[in-house]
Amino acid sequence: MSKEIVVKAVDVTKLFGTFTALDKVSLEIAKGEVCCIIGPSGSGKSTFLRCINQLEKMNAGAIWVNDELVGYRREGNNLHEISDVEMSRQRRHIGMVFQRFNLFPHKTALENIMEGPVHVLREPIADVHKRAEDLLVRVGLGDKAGHYPSQLSGGQQQRVAIARAMCMRPELILFDEPTSALDPELVSEVLDVMKDLAASGMTMIVVTHELGFARSVANTVAFMEAGKMVEVGPASQVLSSPKSPRTVEFIRAVHG
Amino acid sequence: MTMPAPQAASLDQKYEIAHLTLVPKRHIGRMVTAALVLAALAALVRAFSVGQIEWSYVRDFLFAPAILQGLQSTLVMTVAAMTLGIVLGVVIALMRVSGNPVLSSIAVGYVWIFRGAPALLQLMIWFNLALIFPTMGIPGLFEFRTVDIMTPFVAAMLGLGISQGAYTSEVVRSGLLSVDSGQYEAARSIGMTQMVMLRRIVLPQAMRVMVPPIGNEVIGMVKLTSLASVIQYSEILHNAQIIYFANTRVLELLLVASFWYLAVVSVLSIVQHYIEQYFGRGSKAVSASM
Repeated sequence: MSKEIVVKAVDVTKLFGTFTALDKVSLEIAKGEVCCIIGPSGSGKSTFLRCINQLEKMNAGAIWVNDELVGYRREGNNLHEISDVEMSRQRRHIGMVFQRFNLFPHKTALENIMEGPVHVLREPIADVHKRAEDLLVRVGLGDKAGHYPSQLSGGQQQRVAIARAMCMRPELILFDEPTSALDPELVSEVLDVMKDLAASGMTMIVVTHELGFARSVANTVAFMEAGKMVEVGPASQVLSSPKSPRTVEFIRAVHG
Repeated sequence: MTMPAPQAASLDQKYEIAHLTLVPKRHIGRMVTAALVLAALAALVRAFSVGQIEWSYVRDFLFAPAILQGLQSTLVMTVAAMTLGIVLGVVIALMRVSGNPVLSSIAVGYVWIFRGAPALLQLMIWFNLALIFPTMGIPGLFEFRTVDIMTPFVAAMLGLGISQGAYTSEVVRSGLLSVDSGQYEAARSIGMTQMVMLRRIVLPQAMRVMVPPIGNEVIGMVKLTSLASVIQYSEILHNAQIIYFANTRVLELLLVASFWYLAVVSVLSIVQHYIEQYFGRGSKAVSASM
Protein backbone atom coordinates (compact mmCIF):
# COMPACT_ATOMS: atom_id res chain seq x y z
CA MET A 1 0.00 0.00 0.00
CA SER A 2 1.58 3.26 -1.04
CA LYS A 3 0.68 6.15 1.18
CA GLU A 4 0.83 9.81 0.36
CA ILE A 5 3.28 11.58 2.63
CA VAL A 6 2.12 14.99 3.90
CA VAL A 7 4.95 15.86 6.27
CA LYS A 8 8.49 14.66 6.03
CA ALA A 9 11.01 16.04 8.51
CA VAL A 10 14.66 15.10 8.20
CA ASP A 11 17.26 15.81 10.89
CA VAL A 12 15.58 18.98 12.10
CA THR A 13 17.92 20.78 14.47
CA LYS A 14 17.19 23.93 16.41
CA LEU A 15 19.47 25.83 18.73
CA PHE A 16 18.48 28.55 21.18
CA GLY A 17 21.89 30.07 21.83
CA THR A 18 23.97 27.16 23.05
CA PHE A 19 20.92 25.12 24.07
CA THR A 20 19.97 22.37 21.64
CA ALA A 21 16.17 22.41 21.52
CA LEU A 22 15.92 19.94 18.67
CA ASP A 23 18.57 17.40 17.87
CA LYS A 24 18.18 15.79 14.44
CA VAL A 25 14.48 15.11 14.71
CA SER A 26 12.94 13.12 11.85
CA LEU A 27 9.32 12.22 11.32
CA GLU A 28 7.02 11.16 8.53
CA ILE A 29 3.25 11.71 8.50
CA ALA A 30 0.93 10.22 5.89
CA LYS A 31 -2.24 11.78 4.58
CA GLY A 32 -5.15 11.37 7.00
CA GLU A 33 -2.85 10.30 9.77
CA VAL A 34 -3.22 11.63 13.32
CA CYS A 35 0.11 11.82 15.10
CA CYS A 36 0.37 12.70 18.77
CA ILE A 37 3.70 13.96 20.02
CA ILE A 38 4.14 13.35 23.73
CA GLY A 39 6.96 13.94 26.12
CA PRO A 40 8.01 15.97 29.15
CA SER A 41 7.98 19.78 29.18
CA GLY A 42 10.96 21.31 27.42
CA SER A 43 11.53 18.23 25.29
CA GLY A 44 11.15 20.26 22.08
CA LYS A 45 7.67 19.04 21.04
CA SER A 46 6.24 22.49 20.49
CA THR A 47 9.42 23.78 18.91
CA PHE A 48 9.31 20.95 16.40
CA LEU A 49 5.67 21.67 15.64
CA ARG A 50 6.47 25.35 15.11
CA CYS A 51 9.27 24.45 12.72
CA ILE A 52 6.75 22.73 10.47
CA ASN A 53 5.03 26.01 9.64
CA GLN A 54 8.20 28.03 10.11
CA LEU A 55 7.10 30.02 13.12
CA GLU A 56 10.47 28.80 14.31
CA LYS A 57 13.46 28.82 11.97
CA MET A 58 15.54 25.64 11.88
CA ASN A 59 19.33 25.69 12.20
CA ALA A 60 19.75 22.49 10.23
CA GLY A 61 17.66 19.82 8.62
CA ALA A 62 14.66 20.20 6.37
CA ILE A 63 10.92 19.71 6.36
CA TRP A 64 8.74 18.97 3.35
CA VAL A 65 5.00 19.53 3.45
CA ASN A 66 3.25 17.95 0.49
CA ASP A 67 6.63 17.43 -1.10
CA GLU A 68 7.39 21.16 -0.91
CA LEU A 69 10.39 22.25 1.09
CA VAL A 70 9.18 24.70 3.74
CA GLY A 71 10.99 27.96 4.40
CA TYR A 72 13.66 27.36 1.80
CA ARG A 73 14.20 27.04 -1.92
CA ARG A 74 16.82 24.63 -3.14
CA GLU A 75 19.25 25.82 -5.80
CA GLY A 76 21.94 23.27 -6.42
CA ASN A 77 23.50 22.61 -3.07
CA ASN A 78 22.26 25.83 -1.52
CA LEU A 79 19.09 26.35 0.49
CA HIS A 80 17.87 29.90 0.05
CA GLU A 81 15.48 31.41 2.57
CA ILE A 82 12.25 32.25 0.81
CA SER A 83 10.55 35.63 0.92
CA ASP A 84 7.86 36.71 3.35
CA VAL A 85 5.24 36.41 0.61
CA GLU A 86 6.35 32.88 -0.35
CA MET A 87 6.37 31.83 3.29
CA SER A 88 2.84 33.15 3.74
CA ARG A 89 1.73 31.15 0.71
CA GLN A 90 3.14 27.96 2.23
CA ARG A 91 1.48 28.57 5.58
CA ARG A 92 -1.96 28.78 3.97
CA HIS A 93 -1.97 25.00 3.65
CA ILE A 94 -0.93 24.43 7.26
CA GLY A 95 -3.45 25.22 9.95
CA MET A 96 -2.38 25.79 13.50
CA VAL A 97 -4.20 25.73 16.83
CA PHE A 98 -2.40 27.30 19.77
CA GLN A 99 -2.29 26.53 23.46
CA ARG A 100 -3.52 30.03 24.27
CA PHE A 101 -6.10 30.10 21.43
CA ASN A 102 -4.76 33.40 20.02
CA LEU A 103 -8.11 34.45 18.62
CA PHE A 104 -8.18 38.01 17.33
CA PRO A 105 -9.79 39.87 20.25
CA HIS A 106 -11.13 42.74 18.12
CA LYS A 107 -13.11 40.40 15.89
CA THR A 108 -16.18 38.30 16.60
CA ALA A 109 -16.09 34.51 16.46
CA LEU A 110 -17.45 34.58 12.90
CA GLU A 111 -15.03 37.32 11.81
CA ASN A 112 -12.13 35.36 13.29
CA ILE A 113 -13.04 32.37 11.14
CA MET A 114 -13.64 34.43 8.00
CA GLU A 115 -10.50 36.56 8.30
CA GLY A 116 -8.09 34.18 6.55
CA PRO A 117 -10.26 33.00 3.65
CA VAL A 118 -11.46 36.55 2.91
CA HIS A 119 -8.29 38.56 3.41
CA VAL A 120 -5.62 35.98 2.60
CA LEU A 121 -7.23 33.59 0.11
CA ARG A 122 -9.44 36.41 -1.25
CA GLU A 123 -12.48 34.16 -1.61
CA PRO A 124 -15.93 35.70 -2.11
CA ILE A 125 -17.35 36.87 1.21
CA ALA A 126 -20.72 35.15 0.70
CA ASP A 127 -19.10 31.72 0.23
CA VAL A 128 -16.83 32.16 3.22
CA HIS A 129 -19.69 33.43 5.37
CA LYS A 130 -21.72 30.30 4.66
CA ARG A 131 -18.74 28.04 5.29
CA ALA A 132 -17.80 29.83 8.52
CA GLU A 133 -21.35 29.54 9.86
CA ASP A 134 -21.42 25.84 9.03
CA LEU A 135 -18.11 25.38 10.81
CA LEU A 136 -19.39 27.18 13.90
CA VAL A 137 -22.35 24.80 13.95
CA ARG A 138 -20.01 21.88 13.48
CA VAL A 139 -17.94 22.86 16.54
CA GLY A 140 -21.16 23.39 18.47
CA LEU A 141 -21.12 27.19 18.57
CA GLY A 142 -23.78 28.08 16.02
CA ASP A 143 -25.28 30.59 18.46
CA LYS A 144 -22.01 32.37 19.25
CA ALA A 145 -21.20 33.87 15.83
CA GLY A 146 -21.47 37.48 17.04
CA HIS A 147 -19.61 36.95 20.30
CA TYR A 148 -16.18 38.43 20.88
CA PRO A 149 -13.49 36.07 22.25
CA SER A 150 -13.63 37.82 25.62
CA GLN A 151 -17.27 36.74 25.89
CA LEU A 152 -16.46 33.06 25.33
CA SER A 153 -15.08 30.43 27.70
CA GLY A 154 -11.67 28.92 27.06
CA GLY A 155 -13.17 25.78 25.56
CA GLN A 156 -15.41 27.82 23.27
CA GLN A 157 -12.49 30.00 22.20
CA GLN A 158 -10.43 26.96 21.36
CA ARG A 159 -13.26 25.51 19.29
CA VAL A 160 -13.50 28.80 17.39
CA ALA A 161 -9.74 28.62 16.87
CA ILE A 162 -10.09 25.13 15.41
CA ALA A 163 -12.87 26.36 13.11
CA ARG A 164 -10.60 29.26 12.09
CA ALA A 165 -7.89 26.80 11.08
CA MET A 166 -10.39 24.56 9.27
CA CYS A 167 -11.94 27.39 7.27
CA MET A 168 -8.63 27.81 5.42
CA ARG A 169 -9.18 24.24 4.13
CA PRO A 170 -5.65 23.23 5.11
CA GLU A 171 -4.08 19.91 4.24
CA LEU A 172 -2.65 19.62 7.71
CA ILE A 173 -3.50 21.08 11.11
CA LEU A 174 -0.94 21.44 13.87
CA PHE A 175 -2.20 21.46 17.46
CA ASP A 176 0.15 22.91 20.06
CA GLU A 177 -1.08 21.63 23.44
CA PRO A 178 -4.65 22.62 22.57
CA THR A 179 -6.14 21.69 25.94
CA SER A 180 -3.31 22.65 28.31
CA ALA A 181 -4.69 26.12 29.07
CA LEU A 182 -8.23 24.90 29.67
CA ASP A 183 -10.12 24.32 32.89
CA PRO A 184 -10.40 20.55 33.34
CA GLU A 185 -14.15 20.44 32.69
CA LEU A 186 -13.67 22.16 29.32
CA VAL A 187 -11.07 19.76 27.95
CA SER A 188 -13.48 17.16 26.61
CA GLU A 189 -15.49 19.58 24.45
CA VAL A 190 -12.32 20.51 22.60
CA LEU A 191 -11.11 16.93 22.32
CA ASP A 192 -14.53 15.94 20.92
CA VAL A 193 -14.17 18.51 18.13
CA MET A 194 -10.69 17.19 17.40
CA LYS A 195 -11.97 13.61 17.31
CA ASP A 196 -14.64 14.67 14.84
CA LEU A 197 -11.97 16.34 12.74
CA ALA A 198 -9.75 13.25 12.84
CA ALA A 199 -12.68 11.08 11.81
CA SER A 200 -13.24 13.33 8.79
CA GLY A 201 -9.79 12.39 7.53
CA MET A 202 -7.81 15.52 8.41
CA THR A 203 -4.08 15.05 8.79
CA MET A 204 -3.22 16.20 12.29
CA ILE A 205 -0.11 16.56 14.40
CA VAL A 206 -1.02 17.05 18.04
CA VAL A 207 1.38 17.98 20.80
CA THR A 208 -0.49 16.87 23.89
CA HIS A 209 -0.42 15.50 27.39
CA GLU A 210 -3.79 13.80 26.88
CA LEU A 211 -2.70 10.19 26.60
CA GLY A 212 -6.34 9.08 26.57
CA PHE A 213 -6.92 11.14 23.46
CA ALA A 214 -3.75 9.76 21.92
CA ARG A 215 -4.85 6.23 22.64
CA SER A 216 -8.33 6.65 21.17
CA VAL A 217 -7.60 8.89 18.19
CA ALA A 218 -3.95 8.82 17.18
CA ASN A 219 -2.59 6.44 14.56
CA THR A 220 0.96 7.28 15.47
CA VAL A 221 2.51 8.38 18.73
CA ALA A 222 5.93 9.99 18.90
CA PHE A 223 7.78 10.33 22.19
CA MET A 224 10.30 13.14 22.46
CA GLU A 225 12.76 13.90 25.19
CA ALA A 226 15.61 16.43 25.47
CA GLY A 227 15.23 17.49 21.85
CA LYS A 228 15.43 13.95 20.53
CA MET A 229 12.81 11.77 18.89
CA VAL A 230 13.06 8.80 21.24
CA GLU A 231 10.38 6.56 19.83
CA VAL A 232 7.83 6.69 17.04
CA GLY A 233 5.32 4.00 16.27
CA PRO A 234 1.71 2.90 16.08
CA ALA A 235 -0.24 4.47 18.95
CA SER A 236 -1.21 1.21 20.61
CA GLN A 237 2.33 -0.09 20.54
CA VAL A 238 4.03 3.05 21.88
CA LEU A 239 1.43 3.60 24.60
CA SER A 240 0.98 -0.02 25.66
CA SER A 241 4.32 -1.67 25.11
CA PRO A 242 6.92 1.03 24.50
CA LYS A 243 10.39 -0.08 23.51
CA SER A 244 12.38 2.68 25.16
CA PRO A 245 12.73 2.60 28.96
CA ARG A 246 12.31 6.40 28.99
CA THR A 247 8.93 6.12 27.29
CA VAL A 248 7.86 3.50 29.82
CA GLU A 249 8.87 5.80 32.65
CA PHE A 250 7.08 8.82 31.14
CA ILE A 251 3.83 7.01 30.50
CA ARG A 252 3.85 5.54 33.98
CA ALA A 253 4.48 9.00 35.49
CA VAL A 254 1.65 10.62 33.52
CA HIS A 255 -0.79 7.96 34.55
CA GLY A 256 0.34 8.51 38.14
CA MET B 1 -26.34 23.72 55.51
CA THR B 2 -28.87 24.03 58.29
CA MET B 3 -29.07 26.82 60.87
CA PRO B 4 -27.84 25.82 64.32
CA ALA B 5 -30.67 25.66 66.83
CA PRO B 6 -30.89 28.86 68.96
CA GLN B 7 -29.33 28.43 72.39
CA ALA B 8 -31.33 31.01 74.37
CA ALA B 9 -33.87 33.79 73.97
CA SER B 10 -31.28 36.58 74.50
CA LEU B 11 -29.11 35.23 71.68
CA ASP B 12 -32.21 35.08 69.56
CA GLN B 13 -32.70 38.80 70.12
CA LYS B 14 -29.09 39.64 69.39
CA TYR B 15 -29.31 38.11 65.92
CA GLU B 16 -32.67 39.74 65.18
CA ILE B 17 -31.51 42.43 62.74
CA ALA B 18 -34.45 43.14 60.44
CA HIS B 19 -35.42 46.39 62.26
CA LEU B 20 -31.88 47.86 62.33
CA THR B 21 -30.95 50.86 60.15
CA LEU B 22 -27.56 51.40 58.50
CA VAL B 23 -26.19 54.89 59.23
CA PRO B 24 -23.53 55.96 56.71
CA LYS B 25 -20.31 57.53 57.98
CA ARG B 26 -20.38 61.36 57.83
CA HIS B 27 -17.49 62.84 55.85
CA ILE B 28 -16.93 66.05 57.81
CA GLY B 29 -13.44 66.60 56.38
CA ARG B 30 -14.84 66.34 52.86
CA MET B 31 -17.54 68.92 53.54
CA VAL B 32 -15.04 71.40 55.01
CA THR B 33 -12.64 70.98 52.08
CA ALA B 34 -15.44 71.37 49.55
CA ALA B 35 -16.65 74.56 51.26
CA LEU B 36 -13.14 76.05 51.25
CA VAL B 37 -12.59 75.24 47.58
CA LEU B 38 -15.98 76.66 46.61
CA ALA B 39 -15.21 79.84 48.53
CA ALA B 40 -11.89 80.23 46.74
CA LEU B 41 -13.62 79.66 43.41
CA ALA B 42 -16.25 82.27 44.22
CA ALA B 43 -13.52 84.78 45.10
CA LEU B 44 -11.83 84.09 41.76
CA VAL B 45 -15.03 84.57 39.80
CA ARG B 46 -15.72 87.80 41.67
CA ALA B 47 -12.21 89.06 40.95
CA PHE B 48 -12.75 88.58 37.22
CA SER B 49 -16.16 90.20 37.29
CA VAL B 50 -15.02 93.33 39.16
CA GLY B 51 -11.60 93.44 37.47
CA GLN B 52 -10.97 95.93 34.70
CA ILE B 53 -12.21 93.67 31.96
CA GLU B 54 -14.53 95.14 29.37
CA TRP B 55 -16.70 92.07 28.86
CA SER B 56 -18.47 93.83 26.00
CA TYR B 57 -15.21 93.57 24.01
CA VAL B 58 -15.05 89.87 24.68
CA ARG B 59 -18.62 89.50 23.46
CA ASP B 60 -18.10 91.68 20.39
CA PHE B 61 -14.92 90.02 19.24
CA LEU B 62 -15.99 86.45 19.95
CA PHE B 63 -17.46 86.10 16.46
CA ALA B 64 -15.37 88.79 14.71
CA PRO B 65 -14.38 87.69 11.18
CA ALA B 66 -10.66 87.92 11.96
CA ILE B 67 -11.10 85.67 14.99
CA LEU B 68 -13.20 83.12 13.14
CA GLN B 69 -10.71 83.10 10.27
CA GLY B 70 -7.95 82.57 12.84
CA LEU B 71 -9.93 79.73 14.38
CA GLN B 72 -10.23 78.12 10.98
CA SER B 73 -6.47 78.42 10.41
CA THR B 74 -5.84 76.90 13.84
CA LEU B 75 -8.01 73.92 12.95
CA VAL B 76 -6.41 73.53 9.52
CA MET B 77 -2.95 73.62 11.05
CA THR B 78 -3.93 71.13 13.74
CA VAL B 79 -5.16 68.68 11.13
CA ALA B 80 -2.18 69.24 8.81
CA ALA B 81 0.51 69.01 11.49
CA MET B 82 -1.13 66.10 13.29
CA THR B 83 -1.61 64.16 10.05
CA LEU B 84 2.05 64.64 9.23
CA GLY B 85 2.92 63.72 12.82
CA ILE B 86 0.91 60.50 12.79
CA VAL B 87 2.19 59.41 9.37
CA LEU B 88 5.78 60.08 10.44
CA GLY B 89 5.09 58.49 13.82
CA VAL B 90 3.88 55.24 12.25
CA VAL B 91 6.74 55.15 9.75
CA ILE B 92 9.39 55.90 12.38
CA ALA B 93 7.90 53.35 14.80
CA LEU B 94 7.88 50.66 12.10
CA MET B 95 11.49 51.55 11.21
CA ARG B 96 12.38 51.27 14.87
CA VAL B 97 10.91 47.79 15.31
CA SER B 98 12.06 46.55 11.89
CA GLY B 99 14.95 44.15 11.84
CA ASN B 100 16.97 46.55 9.68
CA PRO B 101 19.73 48.02 11.90
CA VAL B 102 20.21 51.10 9.68
CA LEU B 103 16.50 51.99 9.65
CA SER B 104 16.20 51.33 13.34
CA SER B 105 19.20 53.57 14.15
CA ILE B 106 17.81 56.34 11.96
CA ALA B 107 14.52 56.09 13.83
CA VAL B 108 16.32 56.40 17.16
CA GLY B 109 18.25 59.41 15.85
CA TYR B 110 15.08 61.05 14.56
CA VAL B 111 13.37 60.80 17.93
CA TRP B 112 16.50 62.03 19.67
CA ILE B 113 16.81 65.17 17.54
CA PHE B 114 13.21 66.20 17.03
CA ARG B 115 12.10 65.42 20.55
CA GLY B 116 15.19 67.11 21.89
CA ALA B 117 14.83 70.54 20.30
CA PRO B 118 11.98 72.86 21.38
CA ALA B 119 9.11 73.01 18.90
CA LEU B 120 9.28 76.81 18.78
CA LEU B 121 12.93 76.64 17.79
CA GLN B 122 12.18 74.05 15.09
CA LEU B 123 9.47 76.30 13.65
CA MET B 124 11.95 79.14 13.41
CA ILE B 125 14.56 76.97 11.75
CA TRP B 126 12.13 75.84 9.05
CA PHE B 127 10.90 79.39 8.55
CA ASN B 128 14.45 80.68 8.13
CA LEU B 129 15.69 77.81 6.01
CA ALA B 130 16.18 80.16 3.07
CA LEU B 131 19.16 81.64 4.89
CA ILE B 132 21.19 78.49 4.28
CA PHE B 133 19.39 76.99 1.28
CA PRO B 134 18.40 79.85 -1.03
CA THR B 135 17.01 77.37 -3.52
CA MET B 136 15.69 73.82 -3.20
CA GLY B 137 14.90 71.02 -5.61
CA ILE B 138 16.49 68.23 -7.55
CA PRO B 139 19.31 69.57 -9.77
CA GLY B 140 18.38 69.37 -13.43
CA LEU B 141 14.77 68.43 -12.74
CA PHE B 142 13.24 71.35 -10.89
CA GLU B 143 14.30 74.07 -8.55
CA PHE B 144 12.56 76.85 -6.68
CA ARG B 145 13.38 79.63 -4.30
CA THR B 146 13.08 78.48 -0.70
CA VAL B 147 11.36 81.72 0.41
CA ASP B 148 8.59 81.02 -2.08
CA ILE B 149 7.62 77.65 -0.69
CA MET B 150 8.59 78.07 2.96
CA THR B 151 5.46 80.06 3.75
CA PRO B 152 4.38 80.43 7.38
CA PHE B 153 1.91 77.61 6.77
CA VAL B 154 4.49 75.20 5.38
CA ALA B 155 7.11 76.09 7.97
CA ALA B 156 4.62 75.67 10.82
CA MET B 157 3.31 72.40 9.45
CA LEU B 158 6.81 70.97 9.06
CA GLY B 159 8.03 72.25 12.41
CA LEU B 160 5.02 71.04 14.36
CA GLY B 161 4.40 67.86 12.35
CA ILE B 162 7.98 66.64 12.39
CA SER B 163 8.48 67.22 16.10
CA GLN B 164 5.08 65.65 16.75
CA GLY B 165 6.19 62.63 14.71
CA ALA B 166 8.95 62.00 17.24
CA TYR B 167 6.46 61.83 20.11
CA THR B 168 3.82 59.93 18.17
CA SER B 169 6.34 57.30 17.06
CA GLU B 170 6.88 56.40 20.71
CA VAL B 171 3.11 56.09 21.19
CA VAL B 172 2.84 53.88 18.10
CA ARG B 173 5.78 51.78 19.23
CA SER B 174 4.26 51.16 22.65
CA GLY B 175 1.02 50.25 20.86
CA LEU B 176 2.84 47.73 18.68
CA LEU B 177 4.61 46.27 21.70
CA SER B 178 1.29 45.91 23.52
CA VAL B 179 0.01 43.38 20.97
CA ASP B 180 0.55 39.83 22.23
CA SER B 181 3.12 37.79 20.30
CA GLY B 182 0.46 35.08 19.94
CA GLN B 183 -1.47 37.46 17.68
CA TYR B 184 1.48 37.69 15.29
CA GLU B 185 1.77 33.90 15.27
CA ALA B 186 -1.94 33.38 14.70
CA ALA B 187 -1.88 35.89 11.83
CA ARG B 188 1.12 34.14 10.26
CA SER B 189 -0.47 30.74 10.74
CA ILE B 190 -3.38 31.73 8.51
CA GLY B 191 -0.91 32.80 5.84
CA MET B 192 -0.88 36.57 6.29
CA THR B 193 1.99 38.57 4.86
CA GLN B 194 3.66 41.18 7.06
CA MET B 195 1.64 44.01 5.51
CA VAL B 196 -1.74 42.30 5.84
CA MET B 197 -0.93 41.23 9.38
CA LEU B 198 -0.01 44.78 10.31
CA ARG B 199 -3.12 46.27 8.73
CA ARG B 200 -5.71 43.69 9.75
CA ILE B 201 -4.47 42.35 13.08
CA VAL B 202 -1.70 44.33 14.73
CA LEU B 203 -2.56 48.00 14.13
CA PRO B 204 -6.28 47.66 15.01
CA GLN B 205 -5.29 46.14 18.34
CA ALA B 206 -2.49 48.61 18.89
CA MET B 207 -5.01 51.40 18.27
CA ARG B 208 -6.79 50.56 21.51
CA VAL B 209 -3.62 51.42 23.38
CA MET B 210 -2.66 54.28 21.06
CA VAL B 211 -5.92 56.24 20.88
CA PRO B 212 -5.92 57.78 24.36
CA PRO B 213 -2.38 59.21 24.12
CA ILE B 214 -2.85 60.27 20.50
CA GLY B 215 -6.10 62.00 21.43
CA ASN B 216 -4.11 63.72 24.10
CA GLU B 217 -1.54 64.77 21.50
CA VAL B 218 -4.21 66.12 19.13
CA ILE B 219 -5.52 68.24 21.97
CA GLY B 220 -1.96 69.32 22.69
CA MET B 221 -1.49 70.17 19.03
CA VAL B 222 -4.53 72.47 18.99
CA LYS B 223 -2.76 74.61 21.53
CA LEU B 224 0.73 74.10 20.13
CA THR B 225 -0.36 75.70 16.85
CA SER B 226 -0.34 79.00 18.75
CA LEU B 227 3.46 78.83 18.43
CA ALA B 228 2.98 79.47 14.71
CA SER B 229 1.93 83.01 15.61
CA VAL B 230 5.63 83.88 15.99
CA ILE B 231 6.29 83.09 12.32
CA GLN B 232 3.30 85.16 11.16
CA TYR B 233 0.92 82.26 10.53
CA SER B 234 -2.51 83.86 10.97
CA GLU B 235 -3.98 81.43 13.48
CA ILE B 236 -6.31 82.57 16.24
CA LEU B 237 -3.75 83.85 18.72
CA HIS B 238 -1.89 85.74 16.00
CA ASN B 239 -5.11 87.42 14.87
CA ALA B 240 -6.10 88.21 18.44
CA GLN B 241 -2.73 89.86 18.89
CA ILE B 242 -3.15 91.95 15.75
CA ILE B 243 -6.48 93.17 17.07
CA TYR B 244 -5.20 94.07 20.52
CA PHE B 245 -2.17 95.86 19.09
CA ALA B 246 -4.76 98.14 17.50
CA ASN B 247 -7.34 98.49 20.27
CA THR B 248 -5.12 97.74 23.33
CA ARG B 249 -7.76 95.38 24.80
CA VAL B 250 -5.13 92.75 25.49
CA LEU B 251 -6.80 90.55 28.05
CA GLU B 252 -10.22 90.71 26.44
CA LEU B 253 -8.82 89.39 23.18
CA LEU B 254 -6.78 86.73 24.98
CA LEU B 255 -9.99 85.58 26.69
CA VAL B 256 -11.67 85.38 23.29
CA ALA B 257 -8.86 83.13 22.06
CA SER B 258 -9.03 81.04 25.26
CA PHE B 259 -12.76 80.56 24.75
CA TRP B 260 -12.23 79.10 21.30
CA TYR B 261 -9.34 76.87 22.35
CA LEU B 262 -11.52 75.50 25.17
CA ALA B 263 -14.44 75.01 22.81
CA VAL B 264 -12.34 73.06 20.29
CA VAL B 265 -10.70 70.94 22.98
CA SER B 266 -14.10 70.11 24.50
CA VAL B 267 -15.45 68.91 21.18
CA LEU B 268 -12.29 66.85 20.58
CA SER B 269 -12.59 65.20 24.00
CA ILE B 270 -16.07 64.00 23.08
CA VAL B 271 -14.86 62.70 19.71
CA GLN B 272 -12.00 60.90 21.45
CA HIS B 273 -14.44 59.14 23.74
CA TYR B 274 -16.30 57.64 20.78
CA ILE B 275 -13.13 56.64 18.96
CA GLU B 276 -11.94 54.87 22.10
CA GLN B 277 -15.19 52.96 22.29
CA TYR B 278 -14.84 51.86 18.68
CA PHE B 279 -11.31 50.53 19.04
CA GLY B 280 -12.08 49.00 22.42
CA ARG B 281 -14.63 46.62 20.91
CA GLY B 282 -14.15 43.08 22.09
CA SER B 283 -12.12 44.18 25.06
CA LYS B 284 -13.45 43.37 28.50
CA ALA B 285 -12.53 46.63 30.18
CA VAL B 286 -14.52 48.67 27.69
CA SER B 287 -17.56 46.41 27.35
CA ALA B 288 -17.87 46.43 31.12
CA SER B 289 -17.99 50.23 31.21
CA MET B 290 -20.56 50.52 28.43
